[in-house]
Amino acid sequence: MSVPDRPVVAKEQLRYARVLEWGARIGLTVAVADFVLYLTGVLPGRVALAELPKFWSLPLADYLQRSATPIGWAWIKLLKNGDSASLVGIAILASSSIACLAAVIPVYARRPDRTYVVLCVLAICVLVLAASGILVVRH
Amino acid sequence: MSARPSALLTATLLLVALLGVAGPAFAASAASAAAPWWVWPLALFVVCFALGIVAVPAGVGGGVLFVPIVGGFFPFHLDFVRGAGLLVALASALAAGPNLLRVGLADLRLALPLAVLASASSIVGALVGLALPANVVQAALGITILAIVALMASAKKSEFPDVPAPDRLAAALALHGVFRDVARGENIRWQVRRTPLGLVLFTGIGVLAGMFGLGAGWANVPVLNLVMGAPLKVSAGTSSFILSLVDSSAAWVYLNQGAVLAIVAVPSVAGMMLGARIGARLLSVLKASVVRRMVLVLLLLAGMRALLKGLGIWT
Repeated sequence: MSVPDRPVVAKEQLRYARVLEWGARIGLTVAVADFVLYLTGVLPGRVALAELPKFWSLPLADYLQRSATPIGWAWIKLLKNGDSASLVGIAILASSSIACLAAVIPVYARRPDRTYVVLCVLAICVLVLAASGILVVRH
Repeated sequence: MSARPSALLTATLLLVALLGVAGPAFAASAASAAAPWWVWPLALFVVCFALGIVAVPAGVGGGVLFVPIVGGFFPFHLDFVRGAGLLVALASALAAGPNLLRVGLADLRLALPLAVLASASSIVGALVGLALPANVVQAALGITILAIVALMASAKKSEFPDVPAPDRLAAALALHGVFRDVARGENIRWQVRRTPLGLVLFTGIGVLAGMFGLGAGWANVPVLNLVMGAPLKVSAGTSSFILSLVDSSAAWVYLNQGAVLAIVAVPSVAGMMLGARIGARLLSVLKASVVRRMVLVLLLLAGMRALLKGLGIWT
């Protein structure tokens, strides 16, 4: 394949950028909004704010045990609590790339560019595996 | 802006950054339990704001400054600091990514093969980091930060590396392009070499990123630029974009493990992103070489603190 003479931004790259921009915007907005609700007491945390200094310096295993914090996706059941609700925006941020990769697969498939279809699928599989909660360290 | 106001501004930033680190450090050692809870998130926001300002002109990502400095001088356990560090790096990469992709400074085609391996290995790094005792991770972090300082102080950069021919893998994957260098008013054609070696190095970088929550622009850029021969601006842009994938994987591991505390993560991300916006605006008036030296001194201090804390010498 020859190298073009002029800058050409590929169609899939522009599509990726559009989805990424929205993912980042939504994730940050949700994270900050939920955090404000948490700080103002509208959504109280499972651990009271004033008690947090007793917890945040603990090693992770001790913190999980003493605060009765579940691991894996169990935090999703605790969304009425401000500290868990604040993680929704963070989860959206960490998932944005999955949506971006899924959005560019049809462009590569139509070309057809099978190598990059496979690479996008692999990248999605890695992110889904990380997000699945299967891989956790038992303390 | 003339040289004098620029120097004054740089000195002011230096003072803010040093106070930002020294203040909490003193307070952490003196009365971490006695201070009201809100002091720490507020201090975190202020310090991250200052770090965000200096990170852009210093040419480093926020994560590499955040983890050693906050881990060394704030009362939060290193597990939570690493989780927040990944989110700081991720949020910065996500914020910068769309524009870098649109102007062609980040190249999706070049990034994808490297990012797939690095994000897989970052999961391994995150799991290992969370399984190891904190003092071991702290000491290893200190050594890594000191190595990064040495790398940043000594590494050469090549704005437009000469790559006469791509390697076979790069040719097969069509890892090449053209970008518009606005400063020079020229279209720059580029291609890459040593792709297999680049893939191996990115696998190792992913492990470090996941283990320490550092982000990894400090390693991505030299590998893309010096090893693979991508132009410096394409290397920096593509590195930032790769971080958005690598840090997403590792961030999920920390999130599922319960190692993300909103009270640590959200003020850090907000402070760093606001600071980075100011830093980007000050880019043209700050003396980048002075800011870079200042950041190296901060990193040196934080790296030594992490190492001594890990070894139990300065707890």
